[in-house]
Amino acid sequence: MFSLKQNCWFIRKVVAWRASASIAWSVLLLPLTTAIFLILSRFSLFHPFQWISDCTSLLTASSTIFSLVILCAVVLITGFFNLEFYTLVPSIPCSRVALLGTVLHPQQCIHSLVYSSMGMLVMWCASVIIGGRYSTLGTHCRLGESGEVMTCLNEYHLFLLLSGAFMGYSHSFLGVVQNMYFVSFPPIQQYKYPQFKGCLPMVLKCSVIQSLFSARNFAALYFFFGYMPKAWISNTLNLPLDGSIQPLDSLAGLADISLFYHLVISGTFLYFTWYLSVLLFRIYATEAHTFPVQSTFIEEADQCLPKVLTEKVVLPMKFLALQDLALLSQHSLSRRQEVFSLSQPGGHPHNWNAVSRECLSLLSELTQRLVAHHDAVASNGRVKSQSASSDTKTASSSSSVFSGTEDVPGTPRPSIPLRTPGSVFNSSVGGLPSSLTAPFTPDVDSPFSTPSIRRLVGSQGARSPWFGSVQSPHIMRRGPKLWSASTESQTKESPPPSPASAPTPSAANQKPSFLSQWLQNRKEQVKSFLSKRVLVVYLFNKLPEASSQALFADSQSHIWALQGLSHLVAASFTEDQFGVVQTTLPNILSSLIILLEAVERHFKLPHASSKPCGEYFNGP
Amino acid sequence: MCSLSLFPPPLAAGRLLIERNNELIAGDLDRQCDLPCPQFSRDMLKGPARAESKSAFLEQTHTLWRRSAGAWRDAGLLGLLDEITDSAEEVPRCVAVVSRCLLALMRWASSFHSSLFPHLTLSSDQMVAEFSQMMDWSESAVRSFSWHPHTEKFAVALMDDSIRIYRASSSTAPSLKHRCQRSVSALQWKPLCGSALAVACEKHLIVWSVDPCSLSSRPSSGCAQLLSLPGHSPITSLAWSPSGSLLVSASPVDTAMMLHDDDDDDDDDDVTKRNNGWLVRLQVWDVAAETCVPLRRVGGGGVTLLSWAPDGERLLAASPSALFRVWETRMWTCERWPCLKGSCQAACWSSDGSCLLFSIQGESLLYNLTFSDLTGGPKSASVVADLSETSFPGPEGDLTVGGEVFSLSWDPRGERLAVLLRGDPLSADHPSAIAVFKTRCSPVFELLPCAGQTEDSPMCRSSSAAPGLLTPRDPWV
Repeated sequence: MFSLKQNCWFIRKVVAWRASASIAWSVLLLPLTTAIFLILSRFSLFHPFQWISDCTSLLTASSTIFSLVILCAVVLITGFFNLEFYTLVPSIPCSRVALLGTVLHPQQCIHSLVYSSMGMLVMWCASVIIGGRYSTLGTHCRLGESGEVMTCLNEYHLFLLLSGAFMGYSHSFLGVVQNMYFVSFPPIQQYKYPQFKGCLPMVLKCSVIQSLFSARNFAALYFFFGYMPKAWISNTLNLPLDGSIQPLDSLAGLADISLFYHLVISGTFLYFTWYLSVLLFRIYATEAHTFPVQSTFIEEADQCLPKVLTEKVVLPMKFLALQDLALLSQHSLSRRQEVFSLSQPGGHPHNWNAVSRECLSLLSELTQRLVAHHDAVASNGRVKSQSASSDTKTASSSSSVFSGTEDVPGTPRPSIPLRTPGSVFNSSVGGLPSSLTAPFTPDVDSPFSTPSIRRLVGSQGARSPWFGSVQSPHIMRRGPKLWSASTESQTKESPPPSPASAPTPSAANQKPSFLSQWLQNRKEQVKSFLSKRVLVVYLFNKLPEASSQALFADSQSHIWALQGLSHLVAASFTEDQFGVVQTTLPNILSSLIILLEAVERHFKLPHASSKPCGEYFNGP
Repeated sequence: MCSLSLFPPPLAAGRLLIERNNELIAGDLDRQCDLPCPQFSRDMLKGPARAESKSAFLEQTHTLWRRSAGAWRDAGLLGLLDEITDSAEEVPRCVAVVSRCLLALMRWASSFHSSLFPHLTLSSDQMVAEFSQMMDWSESAVRSFSWHPHTEKFAVALMDDSIRIYRASSSTAPSLKHRCQRSVSALQWKPLCGSALAVACEKHLIVWSVDPCSLSSRPSSGCAQLLSLPGHSPITSLAWSPSGSLLVSASPVDTAMMLHDDDDDDDDDDVTKRNNGWLVRLQVWDVAAETCVPLRRVGGGGVTLLSWAPDGERLLAASPSALFRVWETRMWTCERWPCLKGSCQAACWSSDGSCLLFSIQGESLLYNLTFSDLTGGPKSASVVADLSETSFPGPEGDLTVGGEVFSLSWDPRGERLAVLLRGDPLSADHPSAIAVFKTRCSPVFELLPCAGQTEDSPMCRSSSAAPGLLTPRDPWV
């Protein structure tokens, strides 16, 4: 999302500079962390003076400088490589299969590969810095009875290298599972240095903990499978194993406190450099950027706030513009004046119109999303199935809310006549107890179908005209209608075909052929068969609240739009000289209230209980 | 400079006072407003059982291993070492010696640490009692009190760890109880919101959302939102930003102030929080998570008192040592105010946020800091009132009033200031008292004496200790 390939002035002028600055800082901090790592890795309790003198001489040694150069290269590569992966909207997988899909995604595989090799490289540098028995892959040893000196495989070095690969992979894996590349905006504005300083202890603590976990896991892994890479390296490089030293893939070999200490220290070093670069990027990327509200020059018109807000493709720009709007609406009197001002020839409130239209469209989009989700879920507490194939689609977008994964754990479908408007008339007319979706897909454009159905289809196939980009006030006026229509059908728990949808059977009835019915039946059978298998249920079972989370994944933009709008309206009470806000005030109020209603209804859903979960503060 | 000698003689406690025509008269409750006037006594409320369950069981001898494991679980490393040192005859000699040495070392280190910050040696309850804005918090039946900023209702935290909410013209008083709600030390209603009440407890921060229309007298714990953070307890102070979007909590133990983003202009933020909760729990390193931002500064050793200026521009954070900070809330930078004589005991902001009044522990002076954007902030604090002990002739001999300024409260319009003066609990003729000043902020800050009231009944104490009895309506004093 922060990829520098996009050809947009913002990416070129702002994001590129911020990314470069953050990477430059992480490179500049590297000598310091390396020095600390060197001092800690050479630590010896009983020879403090020797330790200090060793360290001072080693800090300027050529090997250290060389590994420092390589580490800088690693940081540079990972820093630029990460730019492709940073995202402003967290990906929230709705089921374990979706998670698996994300992990096995080719792009993610490349990421893991790159990080594994980078981890090996860092660990190689670490082993050179630590020196001693870790320094090289080959050591001199005497073989058994002949006593001749040969070059043997140094298992300690190999151990560290492999641990680097393992840590690199686990970093990449956890990165996707825990949304590490999700750039979240802090709720308050701080200068970069205090922010960095405040976060530093946390980063250190996390890297130590992560390194401890990784060291434990890697030791276990090496204990069981360590002989394979060892034998392979030993064969390909023709390095014999030294029989006189205890092999490391044994309990006695692993019970080496010094080895463990070095493993943890270098793991901490590795994680710390990587986490630090992510942290620095976040701090730089989320720094507020001030867009001009209006410009006197035509060339700069596309860099002004009203223009930038409507951006759809370059998300960083849109997010920063919204943040800027929220900030100016709260703090800057002069810039608010510009928003409320009239254009010079003509006297039109172009700025305010553009800003309010964009904010309102954002909010109404959220409202529609909520209403659609509510419609889809509320009737019986489960998401309607689209098709079996939707189960396996990777859940990276909000449309994954509608994947049919919820259906699986349920009891066999056919026995229960589903109480949705669709199934009711379907069973009565077509005599098909199970079919849910097939008759509906073609009816999207029918004026009688419920919004949810339209929405469902819209999310699945090609985007229906008013799904993605809502600009016209026409849609705004439609919001309340949508709302009231859906309330009607849901307040009655088992809705009889509402008067509006009564004429649909005739339209729907013509569509399903015998073949499709047969296919439907097969599908239901396969489903009910699969739903009894534990593994399948485990994989396809919906993660609790995931759909709700996915629904609100990008809500930061909505929050800013809402804040900006409401603060501007509040400020307009005293600052709006020409009364430009008054014309849109009814729209704003009604859309806010509709959104509030939708949100409140959302919390009453069985899947999104309004109870705030207790653990959401247990993190850092 | 204002002093107590300019005041009229204090009125007796236990009466409702109404200000009319520039003087205070004892009024009748029913005539003014039908706010309930609950009475709480200590006998009515049973304090929660805080005694350890250990006392209920007979002593049993166990092997050293089991005892050590128990000690480790209960009291950590220190407990384990204690246990080993105590049973020196059962363990090998070297182990006993090592553990004794370690124990001595740890005690020495902790004594060194707590000599820097003496308050760290207190237990959790003692610390709350020490830093609460409530006079004798541990003995009083009422633990904390808060007026709603906009409507006629108030919340009272009681000794039995429940919170009652009383409204005007309503007979139901919802009682809020929660498993985690222990040792309530502060309450605050969320501004611009009818239902949200933030509660600072021993380990958690609870945000109750009590539906004003609900008739339920015992809202379920589902209405409560639990916020907690390891190492951030006991929470003794909290403050909402005037727009209600942020909540700040502080603990004397933790040097970081926590800023909880509680952006509820619209409820979808609830979900944001929840999303982040999910993220935060997994990504322990996610330092920039939206939910809470620690603000750390070196020095001071914890934060005991928070006060957000009504215009939202500044936030005061007092520390247990002789230092307080004033944060600016745009970019969250802070000014240090080392006050040389002691820690800041009470503080309040004027309605326009330009003027900060504070008092120092053990002193009977009121200080004033005037912030202004033009001059770039004040250079030093000035003394505006001296409230040292003064005798008034009373019907039963002389009455002494004055002493340490314990708590301050300014009404939202900036016209009246109430000051709670701590009396001498041992002598009968030196009670605690409230002094009420008339205030004016512009063009220059001015304090005029208005009235005083001594007090001894529990209800009065509660109301006075709670900053803001004066707030909702003018005739209310």
